[in-house]
Amino acid sequence: MSIYEEISANKRKSSLLIFCFLVFALFLGYLIGFFYGNQYFGLILAIIFGGIYFLISYYGGASAILTMTKAREAKKPEFTHLINTVEGLSIAAGLPKVPKVYVIDDSALNAFATGRNPEHAAITVTTGLLHKMNKLELEGVLAHEMSHIKNYDIRVMMLAAVMVGLTVLLSDFLLRSFLWGGKGGKRENNQLTLILIIAGIALAVLSPFIGEMIKLAISRKREFLADASGALLTRYPKGLADALRKIKGDPDPLVDHANKATAHLFISMPFRHDGKTSMMQNLFATHPPLEERIKKLEGM
Amino acid sequence: MVSTNLILGIAAVVVLLFVVYLYNSFIRLRMRTNNAWSQIDVQLKRRYDLIPNLVEAVKGYMKHEKSVLENVTKARSALVSGGMVEKAKASNQITQALKSIFAVAESYPQLKANENFMQLQEELSGTESKIAYARQFYNDSVMAYNEALQVFPGNLLAKLFSFTSKDFFAAEAGERKNVKVSF
Repeated sequence: MSIYEEISANKRKSSLLIFCFLVFALFLGYLIGFFYGNQYFGLILAIIFGGIYFLISYYGGASAILTMTKAREAKKPEFTHLINTVEGLSIAAGLPKVPKVYVIDDSALNAFATGRNPEHAAITVTTGLLHKMNKLELEGVLAHEMSHIKNYDIRVMMLAAVMVGLTVLLSDFLLRSFLWGGKGGKRENNQLTLILIIAGIALAVLSPFIGEMIKLAISRKREFLADASGALLTRYPKGLADALRKIKGDPDPLVDHANKATAHLFISMPFRHDGKTSMMQNLFATHPPLEERIKKLEGM
Repeated sequence: MVSTNLILGIAAVVVLLFVVYLYNSFIRLRMRTNNAWSQIDVQLKRRYDLIPNLVEAVKGYMKHEKSVLENVTKARSALVSGGMVEKAKASNQITQALKSIFAVAESYPQLKANENFMQLQEELSGTESKIAYARQFYNDSVMAYNEALQVFPGNLLAKLFSFTSKDFFAAEAGERKNVKVSF
């Protein structure tokens, strides 16, 4: 698959994600309207709220993700080397604009890119990654992220995180507040509680399907593709291969502020690598095993 | 008769559309190479501006290695004049000269600890790798452009509209080799 086909496939997938989301919103709106005896009211409500939520996630999704992961902007002179490397790689990739650079204060080794298009993109790395990787390895990781930007992977991943992922988080939240909630038995507003419980259960039932959707949108192939085009940028596949090996051997792969909504963004799953994954994490296994990726890089 | 004319007409339109498409793609590719070249130029200029600061910073320390500093100054002035081939050559000379300055600096602990020098070194090595990346992007763009001009039937059109192929920006010896990528 050429990069141009990849780009148009990603744009198509983004539109599909938006479409599915709006259909879902309309369906929900219809249901709500049905219970209140006026379907049109529900549908209009869904169009308004769904539309607003779409606009917010499209234009503000990247900032939302950066806030969620507690990323802060990297500045000179503290991160001169990081910024210089990103600038160099964006020249090599022929990007129209240098992406913004962010860091997460976390000892885990991880990185991600986000944004709606190459003109509005951001690259984030953990400070742990900066400390533990050498120049070539860091370059490899950043080139991988740069390829996600160039291929428009970032748009699909951002929309998946904000639109679909938040639905999952919401169901988690609703169910949890139902199970442990009402501290002190404050349950007067029965009707509202009931609606929330039903919504929570509905979302919980749906969340495996939503997980499947994320997996469909974020095919494992894209990680291989980003590895390969990253290697084309640095002309040095060993850099990324070494970096992935370091990530694999790291005992602390967890990023504190990663969650189910943002997990697929990272260069490696921000959960445990030791195979003892929970069912929920398996459901969201959007990354091919590191071992396989290293092998491919070394075969180049 | 009508149908023959119609077919001829459709064929003419198709050919015309194809010519327009090819022409536009040539223009697009050529613009990309120009843009890529200006990226190199920006970074060369940046390094050009940084060098006097570096010379200023190390002058006081390197009393016995005057020739190293002279080399870099000479290479720097060669960068101003000349076309791409001369610029490529001068750029490679500067790279070499800078390398020797930083190598010599290793034996001056005080210089190495100097805040100003450290920042300059980081900036210069950053610029150095940006030049390498810009050159890579430029050469990739030139390759795509030249290829489009040379394959059939683009070569006929290229001759007709006098598109000429471009030169690569020569790399120094020991450059990283291209990698083979298969999906």
